[in-house]
Amino acid sequence: MGKKILLANDHIEGIRFLDTYRKHGGYASLEKALKSMTPEQIVEEVKTSGLRGRGGAGFPTGMKWSFLAKPEGVPRYVVCNADESEPGTFKDRYLMERIPHLLIEGMILSSYALGAKTSYIYIRGEYFYVARILEQAIDEAYAAGLLGKNILNSGFDLDLYVQIGAGAYICGEETALLESLEGKRGNPRIKPPFPAIAGLYGCPTVVNNVETIAAVVPIVNEGGAAYAAIGVGNSKGTKLISASGHINKPGVYEIELGVPVEEFIYSDEYCGGIRNGKKLKAVVAGGSSVPILPTELILNTAAGEPRLMSYESLGDGGFATGTMLGSGGFIVMDEDTSIVKNLYTFARFYHHESCGQCSPCREGTGWMEKILHKILHGHGTLADVDLLWDIQSKIEGKTICPLGEAAAWPVAAAIRHFRKEFEDFIRNGEHVNDVKHYYRLNNLTALIN
Amino acid sequence: MAKVTIDGIEIEVPDGTTILQAARMIGGDIVPPAMCYYSKLKTSGGYCRTCLVKVSKGSEKDPRPMPKPVASCRTTVMDGMEVLNITSPEVLEARAGVVEMLLLNHPLDCPVCDQAGECHLQDLAYEHGKAETRYEFPRREFEKIDIGDKVQLHMTRCIMCFRCVKVADQITDGRVHGVINRGDAAEISTYIEKAIDNDFSGNVIDVCPVGALTDKTFRFKSRVWYTKPVDAHRDCPTCSGNVRLWYKGEDVARVTARKDTYGEAEEWICNSCRFDHKKTSDWVIEGPTKVDRHSVISANHYENLRMLKASIDRQRESLPHGDKVNLGTGALDPNNEEK
Amino acid sequence: MSEKTILKFSDETAAIATKIVARYPEGRHKSALIPLLHLAQAEFDGWLSVPAMDCVAEFLSIQPIEAYEVASFYSMFNLKPVGKCTLEVCRTSSCWLSGAEDIVRHLEKKLGIKEGQTTADGMFTLKTVECLGSCGTAPMLQCGGDYYENLTLEKTDKLVDSLRAEGKARVYTNDNPVNID
Ligand SMILES: Cc1cc2nc3c(=O)[nH]c(=O)nc-3n(C[C@H](O)[C@H](O)[C@H](O)COP(=O)(O)O)c2cc1C
Ligand code: SF4
Ligand code: FES
Ligand code: FES
Repeated sequence: MGKKILLANDHIEGIRFLDTYRKHGGYASLEKALKSMTPEQIVEEVKTSGLRGRGGAGFPTGMKWSFLAKPEGVPRYVVCNADESEPGTFKDRYLMERIPHLLIEGMILSSYALGAKTSYIYIRGEYFYVARILEQAIDEAYAAGLLGKNILNSGFDLDLYVQIGAGAYICGEETALLESLEGKRGNPRIKPPFPAIAGLYGCPTVVNNVETIAAVVPIVNEGGAAYAAIGVGNSKGTKLISASGHINKPGVYEIELGVPVEEFIYSDEYCGGIRNGKKLKAVVAGGSSVPILPTELILNTAAGEPRLMSYESLGDGGFATGTMLGSGGFIVMDEDTSIVKNLYTFARFYHHESCGQCSPCREGTGWMEKILHKILHGHGTLADVDLLWDIQSKIEGKTICPLGEAAAWPVAAAIRHFRKEFEDFIRNGEHVNDVKHYYRLNNLTALIN
Repeated sequence: MAKVTIDGIEIEVPDGTTILQAARMIGGDIVPPAMCYYSKLKTSGGYCRTCLVKVSKGSEKDPRPMPKPVASCRTTVMDGMEVLNITSPEVLEARAGVVEMLLLNHPLDCPVCDQAGECHLQDLAYEHGKAETRYEFPRREFEKIDIGDKVQLHMTRCIMCFRCVKVADQITDGRVHGVINRGDAAEISTYIEKAIDNDFSGNVIDVCPVGALTDKTFRFKSRVWYTKPVDAHRDCPTCSGNVRLWYKGEDVARVTARKDTYGEAEEWICNSCRFDHKKTSDWVIEGPTKVDRHSVISANHYENLRMLKASIDRQRESLPHGDKVNLGTGALDPNNEEK
Repeated sequence: MSEKTILKFSDETAAIATKIVARYPEGRHKSALIPLLHLAQAEFDGWLSVPAMDCVAEFLSIQPIEAYEVASFYSMFNLKPVGKCTLEVCRTSSCWLSGAEDIVRHLEKKLGIKEGQTTADGMFTLKTVECLGSCGTAPMLQCGGDYYENLTLEKTDKLVDSLRAEGKARVYTNDNPVNID
C-alpha cells in the first residue's frame, strides 16, 4: 500500500467541513508555520522537498517561488490554477470537492511564504458546484480567524477569493488565466515578461496548480526532507493520477511516484485491470496533450526496463519511444479502441479550444480536425496521413503558447506508433477493429459538425 | 548597447531593441517579414509568426541557442546574440508553413480585391510561400459589414493581426470595435454595427495589411496600380496634415497616410484629411512620390507581374482540386480595371 | 429584442455584483466581468442578449465592446436563447470512448431535436461540450449547476423525465447536492 499524504483522509465523513478537517490534523501546518517559521524557511522547505509543478509542466516549485520578484511597495499575488480542463484530468476537482480546506490551507501557507496579501483561486466555470464548496469552506475559515486580518494572531493578513471562469481550456495556461482573471479574453500573453516579474495587474505573481499548492501542507508539516524521501530520482513525493477509460476501477489515485505502470494498471489497489477481460492497446499517460504509447512501450521502455510512473521514466526515450507524466490524466484504451477515432476527438478539442491569436494554431488545429473528420468518414487518402504529419510539424514550436504543441503532439504520436492503423482505416474502413462505432459514425454527421 | 549578428551581419544597437528592429537597421533581404508588428503601436506583434527567426547563440553571457524559433518582433537582442534568418533553411521552411496557414482561409480573389497591389499578404505569399495550396475544404466566409459610413470591414480577408484594435485602443477613445468569438471563428466586429466615431479612426484602414478594412470613400474604386501617389500637405487643425494623395487622372481618388519602407504610416492622419478633402485645391502638392515598398506598384511592376503570372500559371496546372490560386494576375488584364 | 431595450440588474443581483467588485484592488473592477456576465446570464433568461451585456458593461463602467469580446470568447456564455434546461453532453475522449455518442443520439431521438437545438416547448437545449473533468465517471452530462455521471440510456431517460416534471434545471446547493444515483 503506497503512502498517501494528500488523500490520506479523503474517506472520512465530513472532512469537507472545517471541524472535521481540524480534528484530523487540519491547519496544524498553518499554525506551525505562522508560529515558528519565516516565509524564507517555508520556501527552503519547498525547495528541499523537490516538489514539481503538478499542472503539467513539472517545473520545480521551489525554484519558481525563488524567482518571484519582490520590489518594494508592489503587491504580490498567489493564484491557484484550478482550471483543470485537460481531457482525462479530474484530480483537482476530486481534491477540492472532498477536502477543500487542504487547498485553502495550502493557499494561506503559500501566500505567507511569498508575501501575498490577496490571493485568488481561478476555477473553471463548469466546476460551479465545486466553487460553491470552496466558498463555503472559505467562509468557515474566515469565521475561524484562519483568513482575513491577523490570522491566528500572527499579524499576517490574507484575503482569499474564488474566481470562476466560463469555459475555455486555454485559461489553464497561466498567462491566459491571468488575462481572464483581469476580465479579458483568455489570450495567452507573449513572454517574457514572465508572471514572476509581471503577472496579475502587472505585479509579481506565482501561479500554481491545485495539487502543487495542497502538497505544501504536508511539506510544511513533516518537512521537505520527509517529502523528498518518497518517490524516485527527481520525481519526489506523491502524485494524484486521474485514471479513466477501459479499466475496472476508474477514479483518482494517489501514488508514490515510481510505481510501475504495469502495477498501476493491473493491481487491485489502482485501476484493477482492463474492463471485460480485454487486452490493453494503448495509454495516454498524462492528459490528452502527451504522446500516446502502445502497450509494449507503456509497460516497458524501449530499452526493456519496466516503465515507472515518474517524470523520468515516462519521459525515457524522448518522443520517439516515450511520453510525459503531464497532469497525470491516465486514459487507458483496450484492444477494441479506434486510435483514429480517439485522435479525432482530441483534434476537435484543440480546434475548439484554440484562442485564435497566432496563425499556426488558429488555422492548423482546424485543418487537422477536418482531415481526421474526412478520414473517419471514409474519404481519406494515404497522402492525408503524411499531410497530418506535416501540419503538426508546422504548428509545433511556432506558436505563442504551448497549446500549439499540445495540439501537435497527440497527432504526431498517434501517427508515429499507429500509422498502420490509419492506413488500414483509409484503405478499408469497415475492417478496422472498431466496426460498430465506424458504422454509427456514418449516421452522425450532424453531431460531428 | 548590444552587439547582434543577423545572417552574419553585425550591428550595434541600443539595449531593448528587438531583433526585427535591429534587422531593419541593417536593411535589405535579411529583414524578416512582419504582418502584425507595427512599430507605432504598443504591444503589437507576436501573433502572425511570419517574422520567426532562429537564435543560434543567446548572448555572450549565455551562448546557448534558443530551443524554438522566436518571433523577432517581440524578442529583444542581447549582447553577443547571433540570429539566423534567410541563412537558415529551417527558418525558411517554418515561414513557408506560417504563410500557408495565413492563406489557408484567405480568399483567392486578389483580382477583385481593393487591396491588390498593396497587400502585404500578396507580397508575402509571393516571396515566402509555397506554390500550391493543400487545403481542400471550404474557406471561411463572412458578410461585409459597414463600420459607419466611411469604413468597410470584409472579415473574410482578415488575418487577425490585431493592428486595428490596437489603433482603436491607443489613438482613439471609446473603442467600439474589437475581437469577438474564439479560435478560427474569431472576428473583428462591433457586435452591433456601430460607427467608429472619432477623429483618428480612419487610421485603421492604413494599418490593415490586407484588404479587410477599406475606405468607402475611395472614389472610382480603382486598382492601386492605376493611381499615382503624390505627397501633399495642408494646414490641418487636428493632425499634421502630411498625407499622400492617390490620383486617378486629374482627380484625388483617396487620401492615406504617408508610409515608410515597411508600409507603416509615418504619422497618423485625421478623418477630415482622409475622408473630406478630395480636391486638389485642398492641398499643397509636394511632388510625385516614389513608393518602393511594394514590388507590384514600383517602377518595374509590369516585369514583376509577368513573373507572378507565370508562377501562378504553373501552380494552376499543378492543382488537383481545381482550386484557383490567383495572386493578382487580374492586374494584367485591362478589362479587369473597373470591375 | 430591439436595440433600445435597457436591462438592469435586480437590487438583489446588484448587491451581489457590488460585493464581487470589492474583491479586486482599486481600479481593477474589470476583473469582475466574467462573474457578472454569469450573473446576468442567470438573471436574464439563461442567455446574454446585447442589452444584458450592455447592462454589465454599464455596471462596470467599461465599453460595451469589452463585454462582447469577453462574452463571445467563453463557451459557457450563450449568445442565443436557450431552453430552461441545457443538457451538455461531454464529447471528448474518455466519454466518447464510453458511449457518449449513444447518449447524444438517444437524447436527439427522445427530445426530437438535433444537437445544438432547443425543443419547441422551450424546455430543453441539447449541446455537446468538451471534457468536463469527469472522465472517470464517463459518460456524463452537465445540466444547470450539476453533473450527471456514469450515464446509461435508462438513467438519461429518468433524468429527462424528472427535469421535465420539475420544469427547470436544478441548481446545486450545499445542503442538497443533487444526484440521480
Ligand atoms: C494550454 C494549456 C493548458 C493548461 N491547463 C492547465 C490546467 O488546467 N491546470 C493547471 O494547473 N495547469 C495548466 N497548465 C499549466 C500552466 O500553464 C502552469 O504551468 C501551471 O499552472 C503552473 O503550476 P504548477 O507549476 O504548479 O504546475 C496549462 C498549460 C497550457 C499550455
Ligand atoms: S498557440 Fe493557440 S492557444 Fe496559444 S496563443 Fe496561439 S492561438 Fe492561442
Ligand atoms: S510580425 Fe512578428 S509575429 Fe507578426
Ligand atoms: S472526457 Fe468527458 S469528462 Fe473528461
